[in-house]
Amino acid sequence: MVHALIFYVFSAIAILSAIMVISSKNTVHSVFFLILAFISVASLFIMIGAEFVGMILLIVYVGAVAVLFLFVVMMLEGNFKNVKHGFLQYLPFGAFIGAVVLFEIVIIIGAWKYKPDLIRVSSIPYNVSTNSTQSLGKLIYTDYILAFQLSGLILLVAMIGAILLTFNKRSDLKRQDIATQSSRERNDSIYLTDPESGKGVKVND
Amino acid sequence: MISITFTHYLFLSAIIFTLGVFGIFVNRKNVITILMCIELILLSVNINLVAFSVYLQNFTGQIFTLFILTVAAGEAAIGLAILVVFFRNKGSIEVQDINSMKG
Repeated sequence: MVHALIFYVFSAIAILSAIMVISSKNTVHSVFFLILAFISVASLFIMIGAEFVGMILLIVYVGAVAVLFLFVVMMLEGNFKNVKHGFLQYLPFGAFIGAVVLFEIVIIIGAWKYKPDLIRVSSIPYNVSTNSTQSLGKLIYTDYILAFQLSGLILLVAMIGAILLTFNKRSDLKRQDIATQSSRERNDSIYLTDPESGKGVKVND
Repeated sequence: MISITFTHYLFLSAIIFTLGVFGIFVNRKNVITILMCIELILLSVNINLVAFSVYLQNFTGQIFTLFILTVAAGEAAIGLAILVVFFRNKGSIEVQDINSMKG
């Protein structure tokens, strides 16, 4: 009973905040409602025994992604005051597409049956007594090590891409140019001279 | 006495997915809201995976949730970076201004 109550409360909060994300006039409010939706879903995850995924959802989404959104929204704010104009214009079309999608998914959920021999493919048995962090760790470093490494690579590429895209080249700053630096030769920079007394040396301009 | 089966979680996931798709259509002018709707859709996929993982007593679903999380984080970072660069070049983030590559 308590389980059902908690489920309904958290899922109602999640759905209402998802509605607010798409209908809020202020984009900053949208980001906050997105955070609320993530927190409610993370609580649901923790409730059904996927506590590691729930906590990671909190850390990654609320801690990183939502804050990133907040940064960008506040950076670009004031420039999209009138972007909600088309809300009513696109509402019938969007509602139609949404209704069709929901209808299809509900049909699928109603008619779904799984093949019983598809269940036990995991090499780590599902054990309620150990926590999910331990079991996930065992699985991710054995069976899914390749996918794990590749996801790390995806993060690296994303990081390099984001830095390169937003990198701002400024002309008023002197930067180290490694190519020029290492292609210098001795003749370009040093010459030996034997100055006469009282004449001085020609200083390279 | 109401008991929560995993079908409830699937319905929750379906509703959030639909809201995300709906949001993309409704907020066609705001790129940031479209990105947030994509995050909502990915969240609903995560709900689906975790529900199936618990129901089928199999950890594979939760592992794929982690991978989806990774991809979502990368996608958000790249998308927002593109948005910042676009704003720097054009001074606007409205979707109808993104037409430089139109033939």
